[in-house]
Amino acid sequence: MSRTAEVDLNVVDWLNNVIAEHGSTPSALIPVLQEVQKKHNYLPEELLTYIATALNLSPATVYGVATFYAQFSLDPKGKYIIKVCDGTACHVRGSLPIYEAIRKRVKLVDGKATTDDGLFSVETVSCLGACGLAPVITINDQVYGQVTPEAIDLIIDVLEKREGM
Amino acid sequence: MGQMIIDGQKVEFDKETNILEVVRKARIDLPTFCYYSELSVYGACRMCIVEIEGRGIQASCHTPPEDGLVVRTNTAKLRKVRKNILELLLANHDRECTMCERSGTCKLQDLAQRYGVRQIRFGERDVKLPLDVSSPSIVRDPNKCILCGDCVRVCKEIQGIGVLDFAHRGAKMMVTPAFNKQLGEVDCVNCGQCSAVCPTGALVVKSQIDQAWDAIYDDSKTVIVQIAPAVRVAVGEAFGLPVGQSTLGQITTALKQMGVDKVFDTSFAADLTVIEETREFIQRFSEKKNIPQFTSCCPAWVKFAEQYYPEFLDNLSSCRSPQQMFGSVVKRYYAQDLGLDREQVYVISIMPCTAKKFEAGREEFFVANNPDVDLVLTTQELISMIKEAGIDFASLEPTALDMPFGFATGAGVIFGNSGGVSEAVLRNAYEIVTKEELQNVVFNDVRGHEGVRDFTADLKGTEIKVAIVNGLANARQLLEDIKSGKAHYDLVEVMACPGGCVGGAGQPISQNGTNLRKERTKGLYREDQRLQMHKSQQNPMLTSLYEQWLTEPGSEEAHQALHTEYGSRRRIDTEAIKINQPENAPVDIQVCVGTSCYLKGSVKILKTLTDMLQKDGYEEDVKLRAAFCCQQCAGGPVVIVDDKVMGNVGFEQIPEIVQLVKSKVEK
Repeated sequence: MSRTAEVDLNVVDWLNNVIAEHGSTPSALIPVLQEVQKKHNYLPEELLTYIATALNLSPATVYGVATFYAQFSLDPKGKYIIKVCDGTACHVRGSLPIYEAIRKRVKLVDGKATTDDGLFSVETVSCLGACGLAPVITINDQVYGQVTPEAIDLIIDVLEKREGM
Repeated sequence: MGQMIIDGQKVEFDKETNILEVVRKARIDLPTFCYYSELSVYGACRMCIVEIEGRGIQASCHTPPEDGLVVRTNTAKLRKVRKNILELLLANHDRECTMCERSGTCKLQDLAQRYGVRQIRFGERDVKLPLDVSSPSIVRDPNKCILCGDCVRVCKEIQGIGVLDFAHRGAKMMVTPAFNKQLGEVDCVNCGQCSAVCPTGALVVKSQIDQAWDAIYDDSKTVIVQIAPAVRVAVGEAFGLPVGQSTLGQITTALKQMGVDKVFDTSFAADLTVIEETREFIQRFSEKKNIPQFTSCCPAWVKFAEQYYPEFLDNLSSCRSPQQMFGSVVKRYYAQDLGLDREQVYVISIMPCTAKKFEAGREEFFVANNPDVDLVLTTQELISMIKEAGIDFASLEPTALDMPFGFATGAGVIFGNSGGVSEAVLRNAYEIVTKEELQNVVFNDVRGHEGVRDFTADLKGTEIKVAIVNGLANARQLLEDIKSGKAHYDLVEVMACPGGCVGGAGQPISQNGTNLRKERTKGLYREDQRLQMHKSQQNPMLTSLYEQWLTEPGSEEAHQALHTEYGSRRRIDTEAIKINQPENAPVDIQVCVGTSCYLKGSVKILKTLTDMLQKDGYEEDVKLRAAFCCQQCAGGPVVIVDDKVMGNVGFEQIPEIVQLVKSKVEK
């Protein structure tokens, strides 16, 4: 797995500021992780080890918290994050066939969530709160309502074209 | 004080903090998976539920006792719930009981039997997770974990480390080291206490029985066994003998029947340790150098110190542990007496300890690729071998150990108890310091079960401040107090396991660890009483060992054979943080941001260095990384430029580093 996501020049400096802002105490863990998630789109292992050192926690505990919450990801995410709503309304209107259609289209196999080229991440979410538009997906926070497996092809076509594929 | 009615009996309670303890006081064995009186209460397994009149079903482990409560522990409802819990746990648990290391000592198996679970309405788990066999001491099988969290709490609360924790959520929840790494890649000190509290086979001692049999069957090898002090008072437990009774003679008979060539006593090597360690202590004490002196017999403690307290490594006694002194003496000298090469001699240790397996594999204890100790078996493994060989242990006649290393004094035997090393050293130090014979050899202040004990030994005017610690969380607290100047000691004995080696994780598994430990402790003190000699310096075999080979305590030869050194050790294998990775950059720089360097301000060094490289235009010539521990903690902050390691780097050295980069780039 590629771990070379863009870590900018002063990452340690930046992280120190974040930690200083929230305090070097165990209770600062979740806010600090949220900031890292926001900046990098995932939680790089080496930064988690650093955070454990700085907050005087065991790395196992930091890993436990990072894996507990769905808002955190330990793998680098793709450029386009596709969220398929699988709340009750979307589920009964066929969200799973759509989920499968997307995975098939972007060629995701073996339970992977992100394509090898780092372009797409596909995940399900519990409810996007747009049940009237069911089934719903979002791509980088843009909402697509009443999607069908056929519509998926069109949507992905557009994105791939934009990426020059 | 108060009174409760439990299943119709009136039961008084006093200091009990929960109903479970009161129920057990009433001699009702309420089942639990996650309750240990020495750990915090977790309340996960719900097996200890009771019905309290007016309150319904409650978990007794975290319900405080109250005067007048009417409690029932056995009702139709409770029975149904408990059976259901067991069935659900088994639905998610590997059911290949016959092949499990813990078959017979597994709590889940035991309770499933007790509650008559004969059928599981659910299918088996289809995904099998891989075993973690990376550790030299412990095997982790996540397929057998029931998520009781006992291992998580023992590692955090007793050892102060926290190698394991819960990760993920819901059906995917598991107990794992950080980042799903293996035990061998993280800061586990191999004490094995997690396996001692694990109710199932999810964490077990790594068995090396096959290798032991192979060596015994191999006619070209002379197999020499050493038996650690704490083993003799624990083996009998497995064969229905009274807890704490020494069975050293029977163990010897059994080993000889199994085909071992020589059986010796690690207590002999403990006597040797006492002589070397006391000499070292008196020298340091008189020079006031590297005081306090910490003991170094416990390999879990040594690894702990290497990982967390590199600044104290010079304070550790340089003495090898008795196990390693024994191995060294046998392979270096005794093999010559037998007319054999060291490769022809195969040394097996029987230890109460899982960390000893790790210790025997440390590269410092190899000579020409041959280890001083070839194999370490735990008490548990020895018991299995005796059973496998079909030996009726309880009715064996005792046999005397072989000479010369079968002769030990009581001082060597009490090494297995917390406080034993200190007492043995004091028995020797007293005579050296006062030049008088010690009449009363018992130092009662040293003895006890508390996690931290301290006292001042008065050697006729020479006062020695001694601290005895067991449990590494206690050790951590003590070290912090020493660091901050709150505490001052001359001699500190540290053992990782509660009660010392008698409570080691290699000892037989039991549900009632605390009481067993106390009985084993008493057993070792009885052995000391029973033996003729109580002071290591009286051991005649030791005298001849020095005469023939070692010359005198602390000699050059003794240092070669019996002492060692320590180095700081990385806690976790994590890749370095990549700060800047220009392609084709000719220079590679790592700045250590592991805990020790971090606390010494290495991050500021990193920042300044980054800025200066940028300012001088070398940004594109340097691959810059923030590394996690370069294992040079004593010299931190550490900066590594290509293969040049620079220690104690301050801001004034940064221009020097930039200069170095410049010269490399120009080349």
